Amino acid sequence: MSGPSGLSGLAGQMTGVELAWWAQTSLRSIGVIVAVLIPAGTLVYVFLFKMMSFMQSRLGPMEAGPWGSLQLLAEVGKFIQKEDIIPWRADKKLFALAPYVVIATVFLIYLVVPFGPDAYFVDFDTGIFWVLAVSSISVIGILIAGWASANKYSLLGGLRAAGQLIAYELPMVLAVVGVVIQAGTLNMKGIVEAQHEGTMWLPFVGDWGGLGNPFIITQCIGFLIFLIAMQAELTQTPFDMPVAESELVSGYMTEYSGLRFLLFFIGEFASAGAFAAVAATLFLGGWSLPGLDMNADYMNVVGPIVVLAKMMIVAFLVFWVRFTYPRFREDQLQQLAWKILIPLSLVNILATMALKVAF
Amino acid sequence: MGKAPTPKLPGLVKGLGVTLKTMMRTTFPARGIKTLIPAPSKGAVTVQYPHEKETPPNRSRGVIALKEDNCTVCMLCARSCPDWCIYIEGHKDTAPPRRPGGKPRTVSKLDRFDIDYALCMYCGICVEVCPFDALFWSPEYEYSELRLADLLHDKDRLGEWMQAVPDFEPYESGSEQKVRKVPR
Repeated sequence: MSGPSGLSGLAGQMTGVELAWWAQTSLRSIGVIVAVLIPAGTLVYVFLFKMMSFMQSRLGPMEAGPWGSLQLLAEVGKFIQKEDIIPWRADKKLFALAPYVVIATVFLIYLVVPFGPDAYFVDFDTGIFWVLAVSSISVIGILIAGWASANKYSLLGGLRAAGQLIAYELPMVLAVVGVVIQAGTLNMKGIVEAQHEGTMWLPFVGDWGGLGNPFIITQCIGFLIFLIAMQAELTQTPFDMPVAESELVSGYMTEYSGLRFLLFFIGEFASAGAFAAVAATLFLGGWSLPGLDMNADYMNVVGPIVVLAKMMIVAFLVFWVRFTYPRFREDQLQQLAWKILIPLSLVNILATMALKVAF
Repeated sequence: MGKAPTPKLPGLVKGLGVTLKTMMRTTFPARGIKTLIPAPSKGAVTVQYPHEKETPPNRSRGVIALKEDNCTVCMLCARSCPDWCIYIEGHKDTAPPRRPGGKPRTVSKLDRFDIDYALCMYCGICVEVCPFDALFWSPEYEYSELRLADLLHDKDRLGEWMQAVPDFEPYESGSEQKVRKVPR
């Protein structure tokens, strides 16, 4: 890339100043932190605190702030005060490192998600490839946590997490391949553009470009596979074998307390937000809305709101499933991935290829 | 064994429906035109405890109350207590005669009657076993303490709980037995 572009370029345009490199970098860093923490906090409050409570016919946290809206800040304050315990036999350096590895992957995913024509952090040509690649790093963090804790529950949890995340990485990648074939690009902005400018074939109307072509319609099987794989990658409930609290205490998080536990907790929900944002970009049309010019300047303000709204829709599905289903058994979980999802996504790819060539 | 009938809806879909329906019922409890106004505090079945309280049922086992005048220091309760949480001490005393001109009577006086609620498991055997109507269940439940030792209630504290003891419910019609009276 030559010259500032993306978010820092946008800030430069607005202030009319060519920002120095350090200023651009710090602006990007703050932007990523905001982009990670705001959706994570929103998800925890709206879904974990409120929607889950309503689904169980109760009110959830009500004391801190109106309708318990400041509960999360109270929790953060509580976790920061807590004693930072490291087990005696633990590998102290790795033990301390693990939560940061997990949370770093979330930041790296957000890096390539576009929130508007100029509101992005980095515009990689192979954006979606980057997402899939860095999202696997969290497995290493979880394995480190499980191994370094010197606790058999942690180790089992870490191993289960590794087995599960590797198994579900495949259907996720294969589901994305369908989208990539249809969009003809790996670039996240390119995928959004392909959806906005595409046309939908409707009965009686024929080719109709009014709604664009969000890939959820043509890639509905891909979307379904992506959602299931995402649920497993996030270790949300039907796939929460790694933290299975009734079997493994809390899996790889057993020995963590205080700030490090908070980091794991933020990582869990921030990555839920990140994957929801990626799903919104790949299948729901990203920051574009039908009827609005996706490259207009005002989309830099409207776009993030649109992405957040679409993200909430995807996250609603994820958490709805989470609060409804009980946990899989380990072998059922592997069977679902290897025997159903992967063949299905391969068929999906073949069908997409055939249709792409035919039309 | 016959084959179970196939459900009309797959269980997975039905489960999602149950949670969604509960959520909608909690969020929008009103009927008619007010349906669109979310009012979860009305829809939820739970009660926001410190702000609003449910009245416990009449026979709740909240705390054990002691009617000190009726106690004869017979120790039956202390002996029947499975985890030995009742402490009783007493001494022999003389009371004035019932009728003028009579002999002074010998009575047992209660010096100490403590129940350690940190140990008590609310089995109610002491209440059952008391032949002199000195122990009763009271529905009071708000007596948690910051210090464990404060859960040891002495006889004055146990006597205060008597105020909340409700009257016994009448037996079902046709019963020959007389309803017991709570000594006030």
